[in-house]
Amino acid sequence: MARALITMPKTAKSGEIVEIRTLIAHPMESGYRAGDDGQLVPRNLIRRFSCRYDGELVFSAELFPAVAANPYITFCTVATASGTLQFTWEGDRGFSQTENVVLTVA
Amino acid sequence: MRSWWLALCVVASLGAASDTRRSGFDFMTPETQAIQRDDAQNPAMLWVQEGSAAWERKSGGAGRACIDCHGAASTSMKGVAARYPAFDAAARGPITLSQRINACVVGRQGAAPLAAESQELLALESFVAMQSRGLPIAPPSDPRLVPFRERGEKLYRQRIGQLDLSCAQCHDERAGGRLAGATIPQAHPTGYPIYRLEWQGLGSLQRRLRGCISGVRAEPFSYGAVELTELELYLAQRAAGMKIETPAVRP
Repeated sequence: MARALITMPKTAKSGEIVEIRTLIAHPMESGYRAGDDGQLVPRNLIRRFSCRYDGELVFSAELFPAVAANPYITFCTVATASGTLQFTWEGDRGFSQTENVVLTVA
Repeated sequence: MRSWWLALCVVASLGAASDTRRSGFDFMTPETQAIQRDDAQNPAMLWVQEGSAAWERKSGGAGRACIDCHGAASTSMKGVAARYPAFDAAARGPITLSQRINACVVGRQGAAPLAAESQELLALESFVAMQSRGLPIAPPSDPRLVPFRERGEKLYRQRIGQLDLSCAQCHDERAGGRLAGATIPQAHPTGYPIYRLEWQGLGSLQRRLRGCISGVRAEPFSYGAVELTELELYLAQRAAGMKIETPAVRP
């Protein structure tokens, strides 16, 4: 399990725009670099990031080799109802990680 | 009230004027500074988070966690990083914070030592050092450290490598100038371990020193070598009173 940091408010008013900031530990190896032995280091990227708010897709992104290690992704969504935000990072070598954060809407 | 404010402003500006030392932070672009200012953006916080978990994780033959002896790091580790490297009686010489952590891992936890520059050691070191964030660097006045610190200063001023350059020639005489595209900072170790964009990861002060040493085409000292610790001792003295920024971000 990679380490991930998600920064967002725990509570929000209905209709309020909430900012969500995510950071995950990942080498984002491009597949174009040579290692100490001169051989190419195999590609190891996060390919896709998505956020589901109570099952509904509210944000997604595709990631490519130019993205730096430990990608930081930030976006906003409108707080509609209390529910769970599910963050998923998927990538090469079967990488998949999901984190859940509960947002309470008053 | 107004005169009180005026006096405060004058004192503040005098203080800033008399101390010409600047953290590497001041030489960075606003974009890179923004990453360090905000813990939610700072990738080094991923290591700090790991270190925080490791602090509470039981390990080794003794089955003890750091927290079992030291308690909450926020109180017990506050100010600790500010006084390292420090003299260690068992080692009969100065040891760095990471060596101190490893001494605990081996001696108190009965576990295998963490490899220099390993992610586990960097995680613990960054977590411990972050507890001193905002505190001034306070090198110990232990007289046993003096000869080591003097050797560190000598090494700082000694020309080395095929480029025949000393640390002082860049970081004292040409600080603020340019080395190709990069601004030369004053080399104050205020934020180690640092997340360096060039490394795409966290690294210790010794890694940074080794990078500079191989940069002047000299053979770098190995991790944990006493020469590097001596250099760290001198650098800590040189930066005494400057605020700790750990975990810092550098280009």
